[in-house]
Amino acid sequence: MNTEAIIRGAAWFRALTGRRHPLPGDPPSVLVADADLGGEPTRFLCVVPDRNGRFPCARRGEVGLEEAYTLAARVREVTREGGPGRKQPIVALVDLKSQAYGRREETAAIYLAAAAAADAYGSARLAGHPVIALVVGQALSGGFLTHGYQANRILAFDDAGVMIHAMHKAAAARITRRSVAELETLARKIAPMSYDIRDYAKLGLLHKLLHPQSPDEPTPEDIAMVQLELLAAIADARSAPFDLRSRLESKEARETRKASRLVYEKIHEQWHSRSEVTR
Amino acid sequence: MNTPAHAADFLRRQSFIELNARERANVLVDAGTARELLGPFDRIESPWLAAQGITPQADDGCVVIKGKIAGQAAVVTALEGAFQGGSIGEVSGAKMTAALDLAAQDCERGVPTSAVILLETGGVRLQEGNLGLAAIAELMNAVLVLRRRAPVVCLTAGTVGCFGGMALVAGLASYVVMTREGRLGMNGPEVIQEENGVEEFDASDRSLIWAIHGGEQRQALGLVDALVEDDVSQIAEAVRASILKGVPSTHRSSEIDLYRRRIQALDASRQWDPRELRTSWNDQPHTEEKQ
Repeated sequence: MNTEAIIRGAAWFRALTGRRHPLPGDPPSVLVADADLGGEPTRFLCVVPDRNGRFPCARRGEVGLEEAYTLAARVREVTREGGPGRKQPIVALVDLKSQAYGRREETAAIYLAAAAAADAYGSARLAGHPVIALVVGQALSGGFLTHGYQANRILAFDDAGVMIHAMHKAAAARITRRSVAELETLARKIAPMSYDIRDYAKLGLLHKLLHPQSPDEPTPEDIAMVQLELLAAIADARSAPFDLRSRLESKEARETRKASRLVYEKIHEQWHSRSEVTR
Repeated sequence: MNTPAHAADFLRRQSFIELNARERANVLVDAGTARELLGPFDRIESPWLAAQGITPQADDGCVVIKGKIAGQAAVVTALEGAFQGGSIGEVSGAKMTAALDLAAQDCERGVPTSAVILLETGGVRLQEGNLGLAAIAELMNAVLVLRRRAPVVCLTAGTVGCFGGMALVAGLASYVVMTREGRLGMNGPEVIQEENGVEEFDASDRSLIWAIHGGEQRQALGLVDALVEDDVSQIAEAVRASILKGVPSTHRSSEIDLYRRRIQALDASRQWDPRELRTSWNDQPHTEEKQ
């Protein structure tokens, strides 16, 4: 059996870039290539497992020190090279376990590596590059903050293999002192705790759910559909402010993120009020 | 009396760590300028906790104070480590982001407004899972926007420390201020032990924890701009000095080549004594002054 086929990130990287080999010089756990998308060169980036990676705690698809700085450097390349013309789109293919949990990583300040990648993505977006996150598999915790969450638009597959969350179930259950079964029961009632991508879609953070027929081994129809959706998301990002406001103003956010919206509204009033308002 | 000068100095100190979040934020702004925004009487609480049998708090564990620091407009946000471990929920996250957004808008209007973020937090509040994680992503964006116009100072005094996604916020800061009692890291020792075993990280080894995450080590690696004692006036002075330095010419999180080279040079086949890195990383990235 071809184990590579079950790594969705790698499968979609090949499908969308037409390349088996990424740009040279990077660790094997980071795939980067420029490929044509609707007649425009677009940069695709993905983190994949590398059994022989230098850092033992970052071999199973985690975002570690090398992965984060490589992503940062490859995104910076796009923003640095771009002139005043049309800004090249950037697509983060997301299929990652989490950040790397290791002693070496903490010692060498993985938080800064992660911040550097998020800085590169966020700065690219603020400079006008459409940044799209396409979640094809797992997008967990600090790994997603590092690679994907600074995007203008987030797309995700509507599929049981897709998961966006702050922490995987076992750890979240342990830390909140619940059994996994209790956590699952609660998660069904409380949308932000849910591990189901359809519940995630209710939070208003997602641009769109996509429905490929074969998320593990994309068919030509799947690829064509995803390309069209990427182009639509890029066009949408270009037509809107470069901030993350859409995540608060979407139809779903108006429902689910009422408390966030109230905070913004009230703090805005009080900020500009000269009198004593916190009474 | 022949009390040594340093003992007298010690006795004059007022502990910052013993203050709660509201007191901490208040002592950092110029006297008479503090105004709390969205205070506890506004009662904007977490809408998610009650359903899980947890009593929400009227300020959701996040205090926002608008005022002046060194005579300049500033906003201070402080997380209350005593409420749910300082964790980031929908409301506490939105309060910080909204405060920074407003500071950036004032900068645009010609009123330079800096921000000080007091970080005592384990990261995302798991009871609010994805909304906590999303709130951190939005706060990171707000830091990126504001730090181009005015300094964003992150302070971790202790005793909770700064972990999880919020460590990335500290990573984006213009300046980082820490005490020896403060800790800064992405993954806490317990999480690492759970994920990768006690041989990877023994979470009961206090000296190892401080040797890696402690303020003194972070300072020695060039990751901290000011290491201060647990003393209100020293900390307030370090915050003032950071703000007066203005926007740095380059931010740490943008120094990719430097840190990439450092990671490349490490021997990843073994665990290190954290002190080894003090030698190999001491070519300071910020070539300007170290106070």
